[in-house]
Amino acid sequence: MSGFFQRALIGGILIGITAPLMGIFLVLRRLSMIGDTLSHAAIAGVALGFVIGKYPILFGLIFALLASFAIEKLRKSYKSYAELSLAIIMSGGIALASIFFTLGRDLNMDPNSFLFGFIYTLNSSDLWLIFGVTIVVLFIIGKHMHGLFLLTFDEEAASVSGVPVSFYNILISVMTALVISVSIKIVGGLLVSALLTIPAACSLLLARSFRQSIFIVVLIGELAVIIGLLVAGIWNLAAGGTIVLVLIAFLLIILLGKNLLLRTR
Amino acid sequence: MANQIDASCHRDIITVDSVSFSYQQREILKDVSFSVKERDFIGLIGTNGAGKTTMLRIIVGLLKPTSGEVKLFGQPLSQFKAWEKIGYVPQKNSLNPLFPATVREVVISGLVGKRKWFGRNSKEDYIKCDDALMAMGVEDLADKKIGQLSGGQQQRVFLARALINNPSLLILDEPTVGIDAETQASFFHMIKHMHQHHNMTFLMVSHDMDMIKGYLGDKPAASSGKLNFYIRHSHETQDCVEQNLAHSLRSLRTQLESKKEGI
Repeated sequence: MSGFFQRALIGGILIGITAPLMGIFLVLRRLSMIGDTLSHAAIAGVALGFVIGKYPILFGLIFALLASFAIEKLRKSYKSYAELSLAIIMSGGIALASIFFTLGRDLNMDPNSFLFGFIYTLNSSDLWLIFGVTIVVLFIIGKHMHGLFLLTFDEEAASVSGVPVSFYNILISVMTALVISVSIKIVGGLLVSALLTIPAACSLLLARSFRQSIFIVVLIGELAVIIGLLVAGIWNLAAGGTIVLVLIAFLLIILLGKNLLLRTR
Repeated sequence: MANQIDASCHRDIITVDSVSFSYQQREILKDVSFSVKERDFIGLIGTNGAGKTTMLRIIVGLLKPTSGEVKLFGQPLSQFKAWEKIGYVPQKNSLNPLFPATVREVVISGLVGKRKWFGRNSKEDYIKCDDALMAMGVEDLADKKIGQLSGGQQQRVFLARALINNPSLLILDEPTVGIDAETQASFFHMIKHMHQHHNMTFLMVSHDMDMIKGYLGDKPAASSGKLNFYIRHSHETQDCVEQNLAHSLRSLRTQLESKKEGI
């Protein structure tokens, strides 16, 4: 196995744990579009990093974090139209990215790689960063699992039980921004939200308990990353796109299987 | 206008002192004051928009009042930490039917305030959970998905979650919305039983006058705008206080079931 493929596989496997894990909390709180919005902002950050020639993933992270705080601010201004804040930040992110792409013309920047991923360019420092983010996210989720569950299930009950709701909301935003910014190289800014939401969509159809849903999202995320990378490697296809199509295939199989099962009953 | 309800001699559980609340220049609550003493049962009744949910959210710290102060168990809300003393039963319709959680996971989540970091559920936690489930008569449903339960069953599960910590104060937010009349009646019967036989204080928010009026009297003890306060003081309840809530609720259930069979 060639070195770049090995690195792609390791990076993919790590993201295959954290992205679906964050996704289940977002989807259950009806925040599926947050992933898309933050990733659009992160694309702009990564592009800026390339233009100035420094730490693209770190800039991606900073932009995603700024976007998550901006969403919260805007959400307060448009209380009854909360999704409006997502639409504004999403287009703002892509608008900024397009400007950075034109500034980076002389640097041979390829916008496609930001939008659809460039997993085979992962180097060892990228891998260490992804590894670090995975450890941080797993540690925080493990540490606060009970509180995060109650917050996701019933925010008011969480508050009355003494769960620090605002702190947890910030924690979720920061962790999502972290995961998204390190995922851009792997699946691309336009596709990263699929890795957050589709495993959760599958688990909603299958899981009977919260514990099961955690196992299912990680299992589906991992299978999709591994199968997707292998298929993409063999037929020389775009890795990010293949991973996402494998995820959609899983979802369709589960939907069909469930329908068949209901009919035969 | 200040409304003062203060008649019993027990310690204060909830103190609301001159609370006002405005949202987007609309005044929702104006100078509301009341206190709930130990073992009182207070009903906040009002139509939609009367401010009852706002009042409740202010009491539990989800909203900050524009002016005035709230105290829980004698402590200002900002310093209050003993949340395990409070059980909370939400509106049933807040639940997403697809949510992947079992009844047991929901009930045991009531222990969240007492947990250490990384805390796994201990044997003792599971025993407490089973006790609460049994008290509510939903032990057979422990492994079912919460969204598959009927409205009445879900409400019992939420009550089990609220009771798992043996709370001193039970807060119920429109607990019987969307539940049929018969189930409503048996739910309220259970609540009354808890009030009469256990050392618990109740705050219930409802728009349903009939259900609560019979128990709390026909006339409101005070009002503020469209918000009416009905109250039954602790001295009106029986003195006997049983310690074991699970046991007493189980025996109540047996009584009710045998009555049903007798009919």
